[in-house]
Amino acid sequence: MNFTLEIWRQFDGTDETEAGRFETFKVTDINPDASFLEMLDQLNERLSHEKKRTIAFDSDCREGICGACSLVIDGTPHGPQQVTSCQTYMRDFIDGQTIKVEPYRANTFPVIRDLAVDRGALDRVIQAGGYISTTTGPQPEPNSMPVSPEIQEKAMDAAICIGCGACVAACPNGAAMLFTGAKVTHLNLLPQGQPERESRVIGMVEQMDAEGFGGCTNYGECSRVCPQEISIDVIGMLNREYRKAKTKKKSKPEKAMTTQ
Amino acid sequence: MTVFDSNIPPGPLPEKWQNWLDTHKLVGPRNRAGKNVIVIGTGLAGSSCAASLGAQGFKVKSFCFQDTPRRAHSIAAQGGINAAKDYANEGDSIHRLFYDTIKGGDFRSREANVWRLAQLSANIIDQAVAQGVPFNREYSGALATRSFGGVLVQRTFYTRGQTGQQLLLGAYSALEHQVRAGNVQVFNRHEMQDVVLVDGEARGVIVRNLITGDIERHAADAVVLASGGYTNVYYLSTNAMGSNVTATWRAHKRGAYFANPCYTQIHPTCIPQTGEYQSKLTLMSESLRNDGRIWVPRKSGDDRPPAEIPETERYYYLEERYPAFGNLAPRDIASRAAKVVCDDGLGVGGTGRGVFLDFRDAIAQQGKESIERKYGNLFEMYTRITGDDPYETPMMIYPAPHYAMGGLWVDYELQTTIPGLFAIGEANFSDHGANRLGASALMQCLADGYFISPHTVTAHLAKNHDEVSTSDSAFDEVESDVRSHIQKLMDVGGGTSAQAFHREMGHVMLDKCGMSRTAEGLDEALAEVREIKGEFWNDLRVDPGDEEFNQSLEYANRVSDFFELAELMIHDARRREESCGGHFREEHQTEDGEALRDDEHFAKTTAWEYGGDDPVPHDEALTFEEVQLATRSYK
Repeated sequence: MNFTLEIWRQFDGTDETEAGRFETFKVTDINPDASFLEMLDQLNERLSHEKKRTIAFDSDCREGICGACSLVIDGTPHGPQQVTSCQTYMRDFIDGQTIKVEPYRANTFPVIRDLAVDRGALDRVIQAGGYISTTTGPQPEPNSMPVSPEIQEKAMDAAICIGCGACVAACPNGAAMLFTGAKVTHLNLLPQGQPERESRVIGMVEQMDAEGFGGCTNYGECSRVCPQEISIDVIGMLNREYRKAKTKKKSKPEKAMTTQ
Repeated sequence: MTVFDSNIPPGPLPEKWQNWLDTHKLVGPRNRAGKNVIVIGTGLAGSSCAASLGAQGFKVKSFCFQDTPRRAHSIAAQGGINAAKDYANEGDSIHRLFYDTIKGGDFRSREANVWRLAQLSANIIDQAVAQGVPFNREYSGALATRSFGGVLVQRTFYTRGQTGQQLLLGAYSALEHQVRAGNVQVFNRHEMQDVVLVDGEARGVIVRNLITGDIERHAADAVVLASGGYTNVYYLSTNAMGSNVTATWRAHKRGAYFANPCYTQIHPTCIPQTGEYQSKLTLMSESLRNDGRIWVPRKSGDDRPPAEIPETERYYYLEERYPAFGNLAPRDIASRAAKVVCDDGLGVGGTGRGVFLDFRDAIAQQGKESIERKYGNLFEMYTRITGDDPYETPMMIYPAPHYAMGGLWVDYELQTTIPGLFAIGEANFSDHGANRLGASALMQCLADGYFISPHTVTAHLAKNHDEVSTSDSAFDEVESDVRSHIQKLMDVGGGTSAQAFHREMGHVMLDKCGMSRTAEGLDEALAEVREIKGEFWNDLRVDPGDEEFNQSLEYANRVSDFFELAELMIHDARRREESCGGHFREEHQTEDGEALRDDEHFAKTTAWEYGGDDPVPHDEALTFEEVQLATRSYK
């Protein structure tokens, strides 16, 4: 298969004088079973051969679970199939097609170079409460705290988030509520998560705001691009948990951290 | 050849670890903030170690090359984690888990380490549940278990087919909790380049900031390597693109011995390769072998659709050859059996390098819904990658490089031959002998990270250490070596990407130092790898600019170490004149093609001292008190 690629090139995201631009490449003789990233590998091998600068992009596991890939393909985070870019195959495109490739677009994800961005803000949201504050040591026997399979399934449906940030990139408001809602849903559903139920949701929501993520206005784009198909229900859960926590007396939220 | 000490504590096997814990030196709570530890890697072992040391009050610096610690490749482990809890009331015990692991490793691991691993296995599950890891549950609300290869009990705990992801996210959340508490500092997009020794002890590292290209110095009282395994030496493997040997290899060059590099695991259930462009192979969890039946057509060249091939014309080769374990034979055996049937021309798929993994019977017996509940996401993944629907037609699978049993040599305290330098998880060689059983990697990483290294590192920190500053001349020297290596890569000025050289070397390694090896083939491989290495240093192309974000430089830097490791693997495979576990030398096999060990000469670990073209082997004899050395049979 043959394609024309319009790829975003940006030398250094920290230097505002350096403007980004699209650069056009033709790729030929691509195997339809090659993944989108393998197609970019081939282009990079050719660029090396031509002694031109290769295209920077993040990827690691290449099996859809690490969450490193962060492309916007033809306007959609990850690509057209609601799976990560590494599991997007060239057979999903039309032979001869022009494909536009950009990095994630969000103020909270500064560009490092070309298609690689900094998603450190998501780690800081987790630091603000996305855990159960237990430390290593003797723990209770798990079967002394039964969890029904229904609850486990629901928690797991949220816990499968890969932290790729596509939800942020897809949201017109740049909100991270699907990401945050997934973690709050996972932990707040489980019996182990109950003691920190309120401080968790308040801490994480305030950190989201401090990072500059937007708010949810129910576009639903996040869930539509989520490669793990996390339901927008987790945002409902996030809002409910937040409201309950804020209206309850005596909750002591931790202060949000400053960014960077 | 020297015989050296693995520091195994005295006493009967079941009491050794407790004896060690009872007597090791401690650091008082008020002194801990003054002790610094560096942890390289944030997978299961690294995250859990850094979080545990941080929770004790030590100051920890944690480094990963990924953009966030949560992306370390432990995330991709699918099937499960073993623990001797005996929830299924089958008479499972620490002894049985211990014995299965020793036997699974073909009697090439250290008894004391494996016993400790089995002892700690139950604690890991408790720890993970307390963190909120959503393990699968029975209708009663109790934890569910299933069976894995090489065992006859159900001791594997799982969270659908994403156990590694959930366990890693548990460890990552503990890590981020300690970041918040101010005990751990995470340096993402930083890659270790070398370890710094002062007076013979590990006292720091040189890292490269992958965004700015800055070469940084970090000093500490102990350094822990949790940098994972090296099967990317084969180019195509189930590892992540970034998985590399650089941290352990550079430590090896500074004096840490490298043990059993030839022990690599080729996993039997991966999606077959389809083309040259392919950048990695995808594993399908071994748990599928609980319900899937593996077969090939009895007739060579039978290209009827699988559903039309009648029962009598199907060769269920694992069930026939290994009736006791059947489709759940251990990985090395299942992989080699697949290779044998494909070598005999019975393979399926476009390349003839594939076998069927068929769920027809399981679906008929248990219903589609039950199979979907157990393997739904794996089936989806398979469909996504291949376009085939395993509910309708059998999967096609073929073995792929997956795991390295070899790694840095460590003693009972997980300390390398460099004092103060520890290696945990897949980065060390410790517990799996010549073959790892399924669902044991997660167990070992978390035992090392949560429950062993936090104590053994403490024992090291309790010794008196002089203050070391990064302005020490030892840092000058190592930093200058790091800079000149990078400069050398930048200066080649050729026209071929590192990936192309990596691919070429990987072909040689897989072909001649993979599932099956011969003396002749290994000699050829050594010459070929050296030749490709020569071309690499002659025609490599790296993007300009070493003081900036430069992925082609990162990649070339890693590949330069894989070349050197490849040579050591070949030396090791050549020297071990026997077959055991993942190391199969065609010269040493029984009449029916099974691995033939030579316990008289090779019941030992080979730990290599760095020596450039002439590495120096040292032997650690393996002594067995509890188990009887036996032929490893799964028939």
